[in-house]
Amino acid sequence: MSYYKPDHLARFPEIGEGAPALAEKFFDYYGAVFADGALTAREKSLIALAVAHAVQCPYCIDAYAQDCQEKGADLEQMTEAIHVACAIRGGASLVHGLQMKDKADDAGM
Amino acid sequence: MTRATAKQLEQLDALDIPGKSVEAADFAADLAAHGWNEILPTELETFQMNLGRICNMSCRHCHVDAGPDRVEQMDDEVLDACLRALDRTAAHTVDITGGAPEFHPRFRELVDACVARGKHVIDRCNLTVLRLRRCRDLPAWLAERGVEVVASLPHHRRRNTDAQRGAGTFDRSIAALRQLNDEGYGQGDPDRVLTLMTNPAGAFLAGGQASMEGEWKAALARDHGVTFDRLIALNNMPIARFQEWLVASGNLRPYQLRLVEAFNPATIPGVMCRNTLSVAWDGRLFDCDFNQMLDLQAVDVDGSPMRVGDFDPGRWREHGILTARHCYGCTAGAGSSCGGATVS
Repeated sequence: MSYYKPDHLARFPEIGEGAPALAEKFFDYYGAVFADGALTAREKSLIALAVAHAVQCPYCIDAYAQDCQEKGADLEQMTEAIHVACAIRGGASLVHGLQMKDKADDAGM
Repeated sequence: MTRATAKQLEQLDALDIPGKSVEAADFAADLAAHGWNEILPTELETFQMNLGRICNMSCRHCHVDAGPDRVEQMDDEVLDACLRALDRTAAHTVDITGGAPEFHPRFRELVDACVARGKHVIDRCNLTVLRLRRCRDLPAWLAERGVEVVASLPHHRRRNTDAQRGAGTFDRSIAALRQLNDEGYGQGDPDRVLTLMTNPAGAFLAGGQASMEGEWKAALARDHGVTFDRLIALNNMPIARFQEWLVASGNLRPYQLRLVEAFNPATIPGVMCRNTLSVAWDGRLFDCDFNQMLDLQAVDVDGSPMRVGDFDPGRWREHGILTARHCYGCTAGAGSSCGGATVS
């Protein structure tokens, strides 16, 4: 038994039932965010794929794996995007080590 | 219809796919739900000739099942009938395809005959054929006649291109594109138009061609010093060799579901079957190259199967276009046709 249900992805619009006006604003905004702009739709999709891994959202990973392919990205580009997420997550952990080091230095001899 | 083509249609019909307008996905019902009880031709603009199924490649997505082991090729009688039929139309474009149409012994004669008639001629080229000794002079030859080259390239990077078309294809394709560039193709000259055509290398829809075109141009110029004029993106049809791959990989239902879910009624007026006539190597007439591969031969208003030898443009305008579940491939998303997306 998993808390995650794959059909929730397709049912995402149902979230509007509780607050239709807010959902409409969100989905309109969402659509506008991913349109071609200063960044291309493919670049935005690769960013979304990386963020999906950073926030560890299985719905977003499924959705943006497909979307990246449909936007013309290949596996190498998609994998590199995930490594960016990985590097930032790892680096974020590691840079906190300086806080640890300062604390250790303060208390140490 | 052969057993093999009937089976392809049966496989699609047997899929449990929920419909948008009726319980089970039905293309005719979806058309009717948007006011199209039947699809009729408009003005005939493109006269498409499939010269046969012989090809130097055996691509995994090929809806023609073309390859080096095929023998089907248009004979003299049919080819001559095509030119007579062409003379009875106002079609501005002759779209020559295959297989690799360049292998046909009368390919160059056919191109010359069409050019002499003032037609815009398209050579649907797999690129790698231009690397063969017998075809090395073709870029210059085609350039002299103003023939548009519509060249297959699944991706501007190696991985997806070779995955779909075979190892080594990407490098040979880049070499062929350089040959075409050397003859003036792909540099904005309206008499040397180089169009790249991409099909997805997998069970997903084609991307937005306008959005991708800029990236492709930048990437091919930066990485390989190659230029082209425009990019068109086509969906793969769930038929023939691509259907075999979909079945083997467990993707047939998910892919067909994706096509149905992406049904876009705005694409209906511009579907290519309305302005394109497809002639098979054996002279049978079809509403499109995909129907041709499924043996869904166009039917005259009197119920008889249509052939190029009996072509009558007036009767063609009146005949009803045949559709089935594979047609969702042309109405998904931004639409898909031999000319790329059909809506922006």
